[in-house]
Amino acid sequence: MNRLAVELPGLSLKNPIMPASGCFGFGKEYGNLYDLSQLGAIMIKATTLETRFGNPTPRVAETAAGMLNAIGLQNPGLERVMAEELTRLAQHDVPIIANVAGSETEDYVQVAEAISKAPNVNALELNISCPNVKCGGIAFGTDPKLAAELTSAVKEVSSVPVYVKLSPNVSDITVIAKAVEAAGADGITMINTLVGMRLDRKTGKPVIANGTGGLSGPAVKPVAIRMVYEVSKAVNIPIIGMGGVTDADDVIDFLSAGASAVAVGTANFVNPFVCPEIIHALPTLLDELGLKTITDLIGRSHAV
Amino acid sequence: MIVQNRMTICATRQIADNIIEMVLEGNLVKEIASPGQFVHIRVTDTFEPLLRRPISIASFDKEKEQMTLIFRAEGRGTQLLAAKQIGVEVDVLGPLGNGFSADNSAPGETALLIGGGIGVPPLYQLSKELTAKGVHCVHILGFQSATAVFYEEEFAALGETRIVTADGSAGEQGFVTDSLARNPVDFTTYYTCGPTPMLHAVQQAFHDKQGFLSFEQRMGCGIGACFACVCETQTGQDMPYVKVCSDGPVFPAGVVAI
Repeated sequence: MNRLAVELPGLSLKNPIMPASGCFGFGKEYGNLYDLSQLGAIMIKATTLETRFGNPTPRVAETAAGMLNAIGLQNPGLERVMAEELTRLAQHDVPIIANVAGSETEDYVQVAEAISKAPNVNALELNISCPNVKCGGIAFGTDPKLAAELTSAVKEVSSVPVYVKLSPNVSDITVIAKAVEAAGADGITMINTLVGMRLDRKTGKPVIANGTGGLSGPAVKPVAIRMVYEVSKAVNIPIIGMGGVTDADDVIDFLSAGASAVAVGTANFVNPFVCPEIIHALPTLLDELGLKTITDLIGRSHAV
Repeated sequence: MIVQNRMTICATRQIADNIIEMVLEGNLVKEIASPGQFVHIRVTDTFEPLLRRPISIASFDKEKEQMTLIFRAEGRGTQLLAAKQIGVEVDVLGPLGNGFSADNSAPGETALLIGGGIGVPPLYQLSKELTAKGVHCVHILGFQSATAVFYEEEFAALGETRIVTADGSAGEQGFVTDSLARNPVDFTTYYTCGPTPMLHAVQQAFHDKQGFLSFEQRMGCGIGACFACVCETQTGQDMPYVKVCSDGPVFPAGVVAI
């Protein structure tokens, strides 16, 4: 029996660990460092209908135990992601979660419909929470009505289950979570980055060319844990949790908070081998906690 | 191949104002393919500061499995690294990127190596490789002032070396391009590394020559996955952008829009 296996809509995960979208490209670079088939899944970089160059540089700035980024959804566009990136990823025995982004409903729908038909795409991650693009993105993720409408429009055309990626930049994240659940979402991924800013000491101006950027890294973990805890109590669909995960202990926390699987983002930049290292460390941690399987951890924080 | 290696500091010393020369030992050195490649260093085992620091390789010795890094201890991360003592282990990822190739100069030719400030170090290994194969190297090294100058003797041992300082406190006064305008050098290929305005001036001055430029850009992952360090290209259409970390840091003249 595989103690680390987790079953989610569309996803038979050999373990609950996957690199988060935007922190792993399309897997090519990390695939040169280790065998990607070890991973539970891969959340590939956001794909839009057309090629996007993204924002001007500087695009990243370091902060206390974290970093800001405003990449701006740079990607080669749907056609090339399908023809080149997904085809290359097909050589690995690993489920793919395709992150779908856009600026209006119509292009989200077009990308979702096409990319969900790729043979190795097992689920979609609807990106309604990117804080770094002018149109779309976070605009959908901060309004429950818009989030629900987009979710049902994408659900209608998708050939695979749809997970909706939530933004933490809202006053009550459970309202959005419940709205997308009612609209037919199969799962939730959370959290995207927190909008932040860093100023240059000499000029007083923002370091990042875009002005604001999304905060990630260990600094955001307590916010993410709190939100996963709240949302897992409010909805009945599974959650893939993320936000500042750097080691196997963090994974235990996210599962305990109510997530069913965990994504690793910024930590890949600090330690490119972090995902396989976490997967390797999990069985020992289960032994220490006296638990048989990883699913025994899910939602422990809710027990009365 | 890119490896993650805990390397041991076997020497460290200050060689100019805020400039540290550090020798690291480990099997990562065996993987180095060309001068101008860099390594990505974790300066702490905690998450503060979080990201690795990209530092170019100044020289290496594969037999001894040692490489020399020269960096400016300026921000939090590089100051932490500078404070580390001999015997301490550091987490190093590398070698990364595509460096200079000595194959671009033929024996008997003259190569012009132009460095600015902390862009000078990677030219040292390049000059060693070029001179070893019989290429005549001329070095034009620009610094802010006399206290910032380093490796003058090391470069002079390999070929003609001109020091240029912005304030004139050592060598010639002005920028590297001023010096070259005053006293031109007859060469076939140039190789340059330094601040972007310098790269721009050098590329303009020698637009009719074969040249190779090493770029610097804020980085995240260092391996090409995060898209933090992209630059627009001059060519546009077919290849609208390049990533400094994995496509570069060295590019032929005319590729990157500067």
